[in-house]
Amino acid sequence: MTSAIRHAEAASRSTDTTGKGNGKGGRRIGHALAYLFLGAMIVAQLLPFWLALSAASKPSTDMSSTLVPRLHDIAWDNFTTAITQGGILTAVGNSVIVTVCSTVLVCICGAAAAYPLARRKTRGNKLVSAGIMSLMMVPPLSILVPLYTLMVNTGGVNTRWGIVLVTVAGNLPLAIFLYTAFIKAVPESIDEAGMIDGASRFMIFIRLILPLLKPVTATVVIMTSVGVWNEYALSNYLISDPGKQLIAPRVASFFAMQSSNLGVGAASALIAALPIVIVYLFLQRYFIAGIAAGAEK
Amino acid sequence: MTNKHNPAALNTGRRPLRGAGINLFYLPAILILIVFTVWPLLSGIQLSFTNWDGYSPTKAFVGLSNYLTMFKDHNFGTVLVNTLIYGVGSTAIQQVIGLGLALLLNSRIKGRNIMRAIIYLPALVSAVIMGTMYYFVFQYQQGALNTLMVSLGLPRVVWFDKPAVSVAIIVIINSLQYVGTSMIIYLAGLQGMDHSVIEAADLDGAHGWKKFRNITLPLLMPAFSTSVVLNLIGGLKLFDVIQVLTGGGPGYSTNSVSTYIGLTYFSNQNAGYASAMGVVLFVIIAIATTLLNKGLDRLGWES
Repeated sequence: MTSAIRHAEAASRSTDTTGKGNGKGGRRIGHALAYLFLGAMIVAQLLPFWLALSAASKPSTDMSSTLVPRLHDIAWDNFTTAITQGGILTAVGNSVIVTVCSTVLVCICGAAAAYPLARRKTRGNKLVSAGIMSLMMVPPLSILVPLYTLMVNTGGVNTRWGIVLVTVAGNLPLAIFLYTAFIKAVPESIDEAGMIDGASRFMIFIRLILPLLKPVTATVVIMTSVGVWNEYALSNYLISDPGKQLIAPRVASFFAMQSSNLGVGAASALIAALPIVIVYLFLQRYFIAGIAAGAEK
Repeated sequence: MTNKHNPAALNTGRRPLRGAGINLFYLPAILILIVFTVWPLLSGIQLSFTNWDGYSPTKAFVGLSNYLTMFKDHNFGTVLVNTLIYGVGSTAIQQVIGLGLALLLNSRIKGRNIMRAIIYLPALVSAVIMGTMYYFVFQYQQGALNTLMVSLGLPRVVWFDKPAVSVAIIVIINSLQYVGTSMIIYLAGLQGMDHSVIEAADLDGAHGWKKFRNITLPLLMPAFSTSVVLNLIGGLKLFDVIQVLTGGGPGYSTNSVSTYIGLTYFSNQNAGYASAMGVVLFVIIAIATTLLNKGLDRLGWES
């Protein structure tokens, strides 16, 4: 229907200005500008990585431009300093543990929560769904004061479980949304078949529904793990102990102390960026598909 | 035993799909969300009516005083304007560049996969780490921009000492970092298009700008609204890049509401005021998102 209408519209519009084209020259200039724009964007996106690599190659005595790396005498010391003094590897380890725990919890709680929300469409459950969705709009800093106070009172400051639970809460709404949309598309006849066989609700979910959730789980894992790995706004305040800090706050506080030593700061940023860049190189297709799926709300 | 295999008997006994017991599945998630998001949100509203300093056991009810302070606080005015600039500025830049990139990288251009990957790469890296890397563009002695200035025979510039310039730089960095997200949303929109419509347009001789304006653009409306809402929320709650690049300075001139909340709570020990600003920030984002969703829906209908 709509395609027929658009067809007609396009047809009527195409009659009024036909033959007025810009000619070949105009088109060629357009193409050249397009490629120029594309090239400029590629350079702009790679530039910070190039500059960081270049800065990391120089000792603090080398004041030359970060545009040109020091290839003849790379200052590997910068990387060892970032690891020994900056504790960057410790922070990477902390982030790995927290990211894995949060992601697993988000998948389990998210998938479980989505099952009744997708299957039992009562007014109450619709309200619960809407409430959870609206939590996606809560900015982390809006709840900083009460959350920090809660953590102080429960002994959750500077602990792993504290930041795990906070990041789980931050990432659950989107996960529940994605799982609910996916389960809604799974035919209810599958559940009914399980019921006829006398399986309990729990077993139906575990045995019949859960195995079908692999594709959406891939999306949830990507969105959550990237989100937790990069978390800064709350972990910056909730974990101040340098030995327990996550990677983003650690790089930020170490970088702030290295204003006179650009190379060490650059090295710490590069080490921190490396794990996610490597994972991205190998799983690039899943990442892009996952982000697109996650955005289609 | 025999009953178990009789569907009729089973359906009258218990009906798993319709029983309320199934709701137990969402208890763990709801519990976590209540404790770590809903309760802090409500508690924040309550704290916003007090003069609490953040650590002493006592606090007094001060009514709307914290909200009234915002009108008198010049810093809050600056910070609010900055937040709107960060939100609207980044959103606008990301739509223009993101859509442009999506259109170019949707064509059969050589190496488009690697180009998409490069454009998207910064969005995956923490804003803190991208911020430290972008610092090398603007650094005084060795930064790329000042190298360019010197080679052009111009004096070096201190890039982060003027508020307006600093705010603009933060907008540009935030836009560039997340422009890949917009591009991917638009690419998904372009690839999900009904090919018969596009073929029909081709048959009718619709080309170039006209085809784009009348066919492609209306079909991209869902992608547009998704991208705008995501970018706007991201920009309005901007925190990480500011913290790393300027720390809100010089003075309070580049703070967003988010970074100003952190300062007010931890440096100025004014937890009540910080809570009130948190409430205002949430309300701004909620209103912007709701209005935008409604407005964009209507726009989608008309075109």
